[in-house]
Amino acid sequence: MFYNFARRFALFSFALAIIVPTSIVVLGAFKKDLEIYTEPLAWPKHWSLSNFSRLIHEGNVFVPFRNSLIVTTCSVAITLTLASMAAYGISRMINVTGKVLFLLFSLGLAIPGQVNIIPIYILFTKLHLTNSLIGLIMVNVAVTLPISIFILTTFFRNIQKEMFEVAGIDGASTWRIYRSIALPLSRPAMGATGIFLFVICWNDLLYPLMLITQADKKTLPLTLIDFRGEYATSFSMLFTAILVASMPLVIMYVFMQRSFVAGLTAGAVKG
Amino acid sequence: MVLPALTIYAFLYLYPALSNLAYALQRWDGVTKAKFVGLHNFVNMTNNDDLLHKVVGNSFKFTFFVVIFQTAASLFFATFLVKNTKTNIALRTLYFFPTILSSVSVGLIWTFLYDPNFGFVNAIFKKVGLNSFALNWLGSEKTSLYAIAFSQVWFHTGQMMVIYIAGLQQIPAELYEAAEVDGASRWQQFKSVTWPMAMPTTAVVVAYTTIQSFRAFDLIYSMTQGGPQNSSNILVTLIYNTAFSSFRFGYASAESILLVVVVLVITWLQRRVLRINTGEK
Repeated sequence: MFYNFARRFALFSFALAIIVPTSIVVLGAFKKDLEIYTEPLAWPKHWSLSNFSRLIHEGNVFVPFRNSLIVTTCSVAITLTLASMAAYGISRMINVTGKVLFLLFSLGLAIPGQVNIIPIYILFTKLHLTNSLIGLIMVNVAVTLPISIFILTTFFRNIQKEMFEVAGIDGASTWRIYRSIALPLSRPAMGATGIFLFVICWNDLLYPLMLITQADKKTLPLTLIDFRGEYATSFSMLFTAILVASMPLVIMYVFMQRSFVAGLTAGAVKG
Repeated sequence: MVLPALTIYAFLYLYPALSNLAYALQRWDGVTKAKFVGLHNFVNMTNNDDLLHKVVGNSFKFTFFVVIFQTAASLFFATFLVKNTKTNIALRTLYFFPTILSSVSVGLIWTFLYDPNFGFVNAIFKKVGLNSFALNWLGSEKTSLYAIAFSQVWFHTGQMMVIYIAGLQQIPAELYEAAEVDGASRWQQFKSVTWPMAMPTTAVVVAYTTIQSFRAFDLIYSMTQGGPQNSSNILVTLIYNTAFSSFRFGYASAESILLVVVVLVITWLQRRVLRINTGEK
């Protein structure tokens, strides 16, 4: 009896702890500032879209939105392609080279990427890759390659070798086996890894903060930080911006919960 | 087939990591010519950098708080939600939700909740009559670090809970049945079955949470930027500020080498301790 009551109470409290802040943000996006301060949880008196139109016209939110979209999709696509090729290659090597290569990439997991911010900044300044979306994509790819290769290599190693060997006997080239057997087989693993990468790149602040100063190259998290200064006490604007910035991932989460959970925990377990 | 990935990795990860070692031996403001100073930066870090010592302390406090509370909370909720019923799956989905938000969004939301004047946290404390708890959470040196740590726990408990659930579902049901036959209470079952059997999962959760907390740059930067008076400054935020606010690139490199060493040593120690614990069961 007592256990059941305590269990329900705990579950209910944590659920509230997530629902309440989320509701404050969603409702707040349709309110005036004063209303947010006095009645943060109440239904808006008038559902108004004025925050959104201010965000679009004054805040120019489409520009960072587009930049985030470009940087994230390109980073994910490139990382997935390179990582799956490398992971397949490594998993097919039975000699020492495969082990050495795998260890070399695993080294990237032991060193947190943030340690490299100073040399990356210096290198990118020399190469004129600051204030460039291509520069951001390059950093994202480099930082997320080790973990992606790690996850996918483990996956390919668990596939029965015979599948690849039979194709090899039939005269298919390595490239051909990769394309018509390995890739289709790895679709679930690639999907989960892809979502994991998407979340990381979409939400990243550190590298854009360091490499981007030009307004037309900024990404969403960086723009949110700017808004924090600009609309210092205007939480209605901040909440609207948060809502817009989180929308793509929230929509994806609603439709692909399983892949999200799989992806974001695979990253944790293997990282 | 490995070559393209290897090239990028070598050029943009390994090469920077190595050149970091070289930068750490220099004094450089980013503009004038860099000067080789040998181990001077490291000597300074050890002997006369009170700020660094404080920040290292903060990093440990922050990580310790998050690891203890996040691991406890995620295991606690995982034991409640281990069965695959409809309600449980719905609750897992809800608890996992904050994980997909950006640290910046989470940081800004909690900045609002912690606001001393109209924040929700203080409103609740006042409503239940705990007026002495209505503090300036982010604006006071005493509380800022722990207030951010609490947000971090809110942010990632659901993610760790899912890992725990996967681990708990591997525990054979016979063990619980046997314990029940022996008349073991729920707490005894937890102590003698769940906890020891979940030890490998705990090792994973603790290791990941540790690294995640040491890396909490985005969250701290968006909430306090390390303030007030460096009370919520941790190593990653300090490294960023040393480089991009004080323009001491060599010194920042030296600090980031300290970060690698600290993270590696802690992960190694944890593995040893948790492995010994797993061995005992």
